[in-house]
Amino acid sequence: MRENNGAPKLQVQDIHIDFGGLRALLGVSVDVHEGEIVAIIGPNGAGKTTLLNAISGVYHPSRGRILLDGQDRTFLPPSRVATLGIARTFQNVALFRGMSVLDNIMVGRHCHMRTGVLSAGLFWGLAQREEVRHRAAVERIIDFLEINHLRKAPAGTLPYGFQKRVELGRALAAEPKLLLLDEPMAGMNLEEKEDMARFILDVNDEWGTTMVLIEHDMGVVMDISHRVVVLDHGEKIAEGTPDHVRADPVVVRAYLGEAAGGMRGG
Amino acid sequence: MSAVGDTLPKLLLANAQRYGRRKTAMREKAYGIWQAYSWSQYLEQVREFALGLANLGFQRDDKLAIIGDNRPQLYWALVAAEALGGMPVPIYQDAIATEMQYVIDHSDARVVLAEDQEQVDKVLEMRDRLPKVEYVIYDDPKGMRHYSSPGLLSFAQVQEQGRLFGQAHPGYVEAAVDKGQGEDLAIINYTSGTTGVPKGVMLTHRNLIATAASYLQVDPVSAGDEIMAYLPMAWIGDTFFSVVLSFLTGAAVNCPEDPTTVRQDFREIGPTMTFAPPRIWENLLSQAQVKLGDAGWLQRTLCQFFLAVGMQAATQRMEGKPGSLRLRLLTQLGRWLVYGPLRDQLGLRRLRAATTGGAAIGPEVIQFFRAIGVNLKQLYGMTECSAPATVQRDGAVKLDSVGPCIPGVEVKISPSGEVLLRCPGLFVGYYKAPEATHAALHDGWLATGDAGFVDPDGHLVIIDRVKDVSHLLDGSVFAPQYIENRLKFSPYIKEAVAAGHERPYVVAMINIDLEVIGNWAEKRGIPYAGYADLAHNPEVYELILHEIQRVNASLNAPLRIKKFVLLHKELDPDDAEITRTRKLRRRFVYDKYQEIIDAMYAEGIAEVKVRATVTYEDGRTSETERSLRICAVVDGGT
Repeated sequence: MRENNGAPKLQVQDIHIDFGGLRALLGVSVDVHEGEIVAIIGPNGAGKTTLLNAISGVYHPSRGRILLDGQDRTFLPPSRVATLGIARTFQNVALFRGMSVLDNIMVGRHCHMRTGVLSAGLFWGLAQREEVRHRAAVERIIDFLEINHLRKAPAGTLPYGFQKRVELGRALAAEPKLLLLDEPMAGMNLEEKEDMARFILDVNDEWGTTMVLIEHDMGVVMDISHRVVVLDHGEKIAEGTPDHVRADPVVVRAYLGEAAGGMRGG
Repeated sequence: MSAVGDTLPKLLLANAQRYGRRKTAMREKAYGIWQAYSWSQYLEQVREFALGLANLGFQRDDKLAIIGDNRPQLYWALVAAEALGGMPVPIYQDAIATEMQYVIDHSDARVVLAEDQEQVDKVLEMRDRLPKVEYVIYDDPKGMRHYSSPGLLSFAQVQEQGRLFGQAHPGYVEAAVDKGQGEDLAIINYTSGTTGVPKGVMLTHRNLIATAASYLQVDPVSAGDEIMAYLPMAWIGDTFFSVVLSFLTGAAVNCPEDPTTVRQDFREIGPTMTFAPPRIWENLLSQAQVKLGDAGWLQRTLCQFFLAVGMQAATQRMEGKPGSLRLRLLTQLGRWLVYGPLRDQLGLRRLRAATTGGAAIGPEVIQFFRAIGVNLKQLYGMTECSAPATVQRDGAVKLDSVGPCIPGVEVKISPSGEVLLRCPGLFVGYYKAPEATHAALHDGWLATGDAGFVDPDGHLVIIDRVKDVSHLLDGSVFAPQYIENRLKFSPYIKEAVAAGHERPYVVAMINIDLEVIGNWAEKRGIPYAGYADLAHNPEVYELILHEIQRVNASLNAPLRIKKFVLLHKELDPDDAEITRTRKLRRRFVYDKYQEIIDAMYAEGIAEVKVRATVTYEDGRTSETERSLRICAVVDGGT
């Protein structure tokens, strides 16, 4: 468990999001501290992905504020959010299927690339030096994620577990301060899940990256997150350490109905 | 041997002086790029690690255990230990915990170098049973951030401390190297041993260097050669090629990026010489065949035609005939159209000398590679004689022999048919096992434990292990390995165990080749869930039956296989059924599968139930039960 010292890295303050008549988030507030892994859980339709989309700038709340490092950035578009150091992965794999693993991860460096069309086209001077620097950064990620043998393989041909890993690699390539992971382990078998959980912990450990993740497998959530936020019908119904949340009767009811005795996993 | 080069560290000093920064000594693919180290850099890295070891109190005759894949750091450490007059003890990186613990403890290692977190975890877990180990050093820092254990250091830390130690003790390493002599022990290699506990083979610098020097007389290597270091460091052959030959000749050694990328790395480097056990050549061949099967009609027909031409030409060359003009013209055409591109695809384009050994290799495997222009030769050797003892010469390759002795090596056959060797590389003894040493040496001759003979041309031919040669009930001589090898020459059969000692006929237990048969099954649309499932399939039984009938046709009538089963699991070193170098541990396997063997000799039993205990790498076990089908073999014709 980490110390929560200083101002939070990310502050979500009382945000509301409506889609027409549907109210997806009703005044949710979450603080995420530097170096923390925070899991967002909740039943289907609870507003988890909506919250993640609000943080990454895809949706803009009708009320409330989102602060990164104390700066208000509630209404920035996703492209600007990315340059501020927020990267994410998606619930469904969103890779360039025909491109190699290497190129897919290289795309993640996009926000750090400075050369213009002309010099990049001529591939001369600064453009060349920059390419070398970015490639070196990407290679460190490839080594870190243990996908050396797949470097040149087209991403679309890889098994699902590896595709998710490449996606994580692409997000890491942006050198994010805050990493948003939308169901990083959905559809994986046990071994793939264990691998992914280890990489998430290693990333947090190696670079101190702050992470917010949505996950359904309670075993995984309890094992890797420092803090858990529970949403239900667009509202935050609980927040705390994994053990605290697991024992919370409100959470149990939201997940399993009135009569159930406990939660899966652990 | 000249005085400058009677130990490996002295050879390294000489190379650093001779080649300096001008020539690459070692490469490693890291972060997607081949990172090169010149001979000066090699020496510098060795020096810093040696100083670091000295700083930790490592002295003459101390042992350094080394566990991991082929990494430059591990080779530097190996030479660093020798520079201080100590001995490296390389250990198989996939050894199970108890085995690893035994070797580390038995070798009296004070320091253990483990490549990465995985290996460190294994060592730390057994730390309280390793009272003699003072330091554990790791190379790859990934995942190691929160580890704290007394005496746990990173490779970089050791070198860092070494630099400080070096400032306080100038000339320390040079002085230590100077004290070294050819008679000093250079390495202790624990042989996995097909029987009993591993034994530590002690070899001196003179052993290694003299053996390499005489090997070079028949198979020259030059400074321009490229060697691939991809076989386990614990195996003497790797030390022989990747350290001794490289040091003697200046040839560069290349470490692959990762065990899973060896094939790609091989192709990128294009080594000029390589050693590979038969299994690897067989894999290359079956991959080529699979790809060929998937190719278009024109390519397939061309390849098949020219491969047949190449085989014919290769056979004639082996028999010493020049071949007809037509054949020679066609071979040249084949070189342009088929052989060159095929060699390139397999990463063998620049290969000048290729050797194989350690087990029997199928004649068609040798013929295939010789047909496409790979100079594949067989050699014979063992750890106790510093790796090679015999090797086939260029232009005098025979399919069934392992070639004549290299200069300085003598061979004779004992009255019981055992191959005896006398050679400059003859080991000093087994570490802390004088009885075993005594048993292996007869008046200066090494008892190899192999049965064989020397043919009229002076080539050594190996038949089987002496202790495995036995008799059937009718008195016919039964050499199980001979039969097993013939079975294993089939691409569909990965391992085979033949039994028949004091029995009326020969039976066999077969491991199918999952990759090849898996591919075969896919093409036929046969679904399967894994090895056990495939091995139970009636169509697979039918396929293997044909293979056995083919082998039977080449065997004398009493030795033909009458019944066989397809084993439910692959023979595994973790279950102690085969050694890490994939040699069958026969007694153990016979005992373990006694019920299956007995059932094959019983009348009218078509199925046998087996309960298997599987041991995982971390020592856990689990039980499974299944029934195996016994298949009777009926041979047509005779």
